[in-house]
Amino acid sequence: MPPESDHDLARDRDWSASMAAAQNGDRLAYERLLREILPFLRALAARQHRAPDRIEDVVQDVLLTVHRVRHTYDPARPFSRWLAAIARRRSIDALRRRGRTEAAEVLDEQAYETFVDPRAKEDMEVRDRASGLGTAIASLPRGQREALELLKLRQLSLAEASQASGKSVASLKVSVHRAIRALRAQLTGGER
Amino acid sequence: MSGATEQLIERLATEAEPVNRLRGPTLRAALWLLAVAAVGGSAIAGFSDLDVFARRAQDPKLVIEMIATLATGIAAVLAAFELSLPDRAPAWTVLPLPPLAIWIATSGYSCYRHWIAFGPDGWELGESTHCFRFILSVSVPLGVTLMLLLRQARPLAPVRVAAVGGLGVAAIAACLLQFFHPFDVTAIDLSVHAVAVAMVVAVSSLWARWSERHGEEAARP
Repeated sequence: MPPESDHDLARDRDWSASMAAAQNGDRLAYERLLREILPFLRALAARQHRAPDRIEDVVQDVLLTVHRVRHTYDPARPFSRWLAAIARRRSIDALRRRGRTEAAEVLDEQAYETFVDPRAKEDMEVRDRASGLGTAIASLPRGQREALELLKLRQLSLAEASQASGKSVASLKVSVHRAIRALRAQLTGGER
Repeated sequence: MSGATEQLIERLATEAEPVNRLRGPTLRAALWLLAVAAVGGSAIAGFSDLDVFARRAQDPKLVIEMIATLATGIAAVLAAFELSLPDRAPAWTVLPLPPLAIWIATSGYSCYRHWIAFGPDGWELGESTHCFRFILSVSVPLGVTLMLLLRQARPLAPVRVAAVGGLGVAAIAACLLQFFHPFDVTAIDLSVHAVAVAMVVAVSSLWARWSERHGEEAARP
């Protein structure tokens, strides 16, 4: 999104100067910049995503990417264009990931109907599950195990887990979702 | 979720160490190309038969083909450096395509001519495998150094960057090959070249895709 009006141009100059300062290690300028670009990022993400939490996921991914590639910004060029390019890319990545996740999900109504009273089923299986849980977690692929550990066992927030693992918020969500699905499948006797 | 974003911003700001700004893509591409020219030039001076090459270079078709090959290599390397940055137009991808078309067309013309003149007999196949090995073995060190430089930008579209960079590397390798290639290109050579170039591009792209999926941790600041 190239700057258009005088206001946009002035804003772009501000942001550009803040990013140049941030590249030189000015943390205050960087923090102020990241806060100032939030409405811009949310507006861009809202073009492709409706759910507010998904928009916020995309915004967080963009912030993490900005942080990772901040050395590629050339202060002689428009900042908004650099930022919008990153935001578009992350937004599209999120759409693709959503497509993949939804394609892999299956609604299984039968899962609740093996017993008339769901609690009966839980009572019977709870001991088996507890003993098998450790083995089941150990058998997960590394990425899924890590996501599960960070988000569910250590109860980090998505942003913290993303920082700790270097993975995007969205990919952590996908990993933990898959991990739980895999665990559920194992612990319910390989139903899925 | 807003709270989480706030926390993230605070965390990122705390971690914001000074960074070294990347130099311009044209300069970085030029430095890499100069290094390759220096090493390639020494190899040509030391190991190739320049007399044979001088005789072959009297054919304008070979000259056009070599210029097109070299132009493909330079354009693709420049495009890869541009594309590795977030705010550069994806249209950079098409920059190497016009010289690539000329390269393919001139090689194809030669192929047609020599297919009629020689036919695909034994020694050509032997020489073709030599070309194949040459392109692959020259492409590996070129490709590794180029990919390491391109990765400094942590490209947002690593597969596209690697594919374009891979084309550049393969084109430069094919251009160098002309100095160590005592005969004109035949149909078998041409297909072998195409397979070698495609392999370099495919391996570069697969590497990029693999490192995109598994190497996020390594790319972390």
